Parts: sequence; C-alpha cells; structure tokens
Amino acid sequence: MIIRIMGEGQFDVPDDAMAALNDLDAAVESSVESGDVAAFTSALESLLAGVRASAAPHEEGSLDTSDLILPPADATLEEVCDLLSDDGLIPG
Amino acid sequence: MSLMKRISLIFRSKANKALDRAEDPRETLDYSYQRQQDLLVKVRRGVADVATSRKRVELQVNQLEQQAAKLQGQAEKAISVGREDLAREALTRKSGLAQQITDLKTQHAQLQGEEEKLTLAQQRLQAKVEAFRTRKETIKATYTAAEAQTKINEAMSGIGEEMGDVGMAIQRAEDKTAQMQARAGAIDELLASGALEDVTRPGGTDDISRELDALGSGTDVEAELARLKAGSQPQAIEPAEGDILAAEPQKTTDEDTK
Repeated sequence: MIIRIMGEGQFDVPDDAMAALNDLDAAVESSVESGDVAAFTSALESLLAGVRASAAPHEEGSLDTSDLILPPADATLEEVCDLLSDDGLIPG
Repeated sequence: MSLMKRISLIFRSKANKALDRAEDPRETLDYSYQRQQDLLVKVRRGVADVATSRKRVELQVNQLEQQAAKLQGQAEKAISVGREDLAREALTRKSGLAQQITDLKTQHAQLQGEEEKLTLAQQRLQAKVEAFRTRKETIKATYTAAEAQTKINEAMSGIGEEMGDVGMAIQRAEDKTAQMQARAGAIDELLASGALEDVTRPGGTDDISRELDALGSGTDVEAELARLKAGSQPQAIEPAEGDILAAEPQKTTDEDTK
C-alpha cells in the first residue's frame, strides 16, 4: 500500500502493518472530533511514526498515486479540519 | 481507516480539479508539463526566500551577541572600579539580550528545517516531473488521442498529487517565513532605535549607557596611565646605553642639512 505523508513523500507500507496503523488512525480521528489539541498532536505523531517505521520510501521517479494521504507532521488540528473541509486546500 | 481515507479522497478530488484539461488529451500533457515547470520555479524561489530569511536571523544573532559581549566587558570594568550599580545594570541588559538571542536561535532552527523540507520537496517534484516528461513522450508517440486517455489520466493523477503536496509545502513555508519576517523586522527596528541596549551607538543612548561608556573609556585611561607609570623606570635607564643620545644629534644634523 502506498501512503503519502504530506511534505515527506510516498512510502510503501506492507499490508501486515495496516492493522496497527488503523488503530493509530482511529486515535487521530477521535482527537479531531473532540477537538483535543494535545491528544491530536501526540496521536498524529504516533501515526506518522508508525508509517515511517514500517515503510520504505516509494520509488522516486514513479507516477503512482497514493492509496492514502496523511497530513504533514507539523499540521495543526485546525489545518487538518481544513483538509477535511471542501475549500481552499490546494493553492494555485 | 476513516480519517486517512477521508483526507485522501478530498485531497485527490481537489488535486484532480486543479488539473486543467484540454480538448485533445495529448495537449493536456504539454499544458500540464508547463505547469510543472512553473511549480518547479516557484519551489526553487521558495527555497531561496527561506534561505534569505535564515541569513537575516543569523545576522541579527551575531549583532545581539556582540552587544552582549560588550555589556559583559562593561560589567567587568564597572566591578573593577567598584561601581556595582552599573555592573548590575549592564548584566540586566545583557540578560534581556540573552532572551532575544534564544528566541532568534529557535527561529533560525525552524527556518533551517523549512529550508531542508522545501529542498527535499523540490527534489521529489523534480524526479516526478522528469518521469512525467518521459511518460508524456511515450504516450504521444505510441497511442492515438482516444487510446491515450487512460494512460494520460494515470500520469496526470500521479503528478497532480505531487503538485498538490508541493504547493501546500510552499504555502506553509511562505506563511511561516512571513511570520518570522515580521518579528525580524521588529528586531531590526529595535536595533536601529538603540532600544536593545545598543550602547555602541553614538547619540541615541540613555544616561546609563553613557555612564557605562564613560566608565569604559575612563578605566581605559587609568589602565593606560598605570601601564606608562610602570614602564617609565626602565625607559629612564635606556639613554644610559647611549643609543638615543647618539642618534639624536645625528637626526638634527640630517634635518639641518635639508
């Protein structure tokens, strides 16, 4: 599975790592829903660390699309809410 | 998987919308390639802008560190002549500068981080653009317009995702740099006004600074006098060797003949 961490590029994540990542993702989601900034920051950090730890960088010169796209490591809760909203994500 | 999936779907649909498509799908390829080149230029400029801000902060740190060193010297002089009040004032000002220096160093590290991230983003985009160029030529050479559509869609989605990512990275770097530039501007103004204890600056200094300066030059004079006094004994012995007495008349005769 190809996962993109925004600002870091694409990673190849083995399928057997996905169950653990799903749990980490659920933690991020619940922190976004509750608007808990501290929980969000640490949950996102764990999720991205989980991806990096289980993955290898995807081939640089490919034009493959990612199966999943994750917010950048320094994204704020507000920015993630923006990512989930329908306007103004991609500049230019 | 829901949060990751939601973000992915929304990101992809927006990236897709951002791609302009021409009537002839093969024209779309050329047009997109042009936009990729534009984005590469933009990201390079972004790297340069962040580097400029970083250098500006570096310069400010140097200036403030010089001032802190000067204040330290003044405090030492003040203590050596028994002016504890002035020494205290100098050290107080120095500690104010230390806070500014710490803040600036944090900013410097952040800017350096942005610069590195953007440089890596530029390299990734460069690799994708190169891949796109090769794919574009293959598609144009091999397929008819109708056949090409699927291949084009694949290539466009792949590059679109990267372009969306890089576009956001540039935006984020610009935002962060803009915030820091505003603060850097404020520090430049403070430096220019002398409010950051710039005691070296003639004119716009306050009483304490003048006193610290005067103390500096005052003790310099005292130290020089002491040195001269200490050196005056051996100097008085020197003429006994006859060098000066011998040289003196010769000089005068030289001058007289001219």
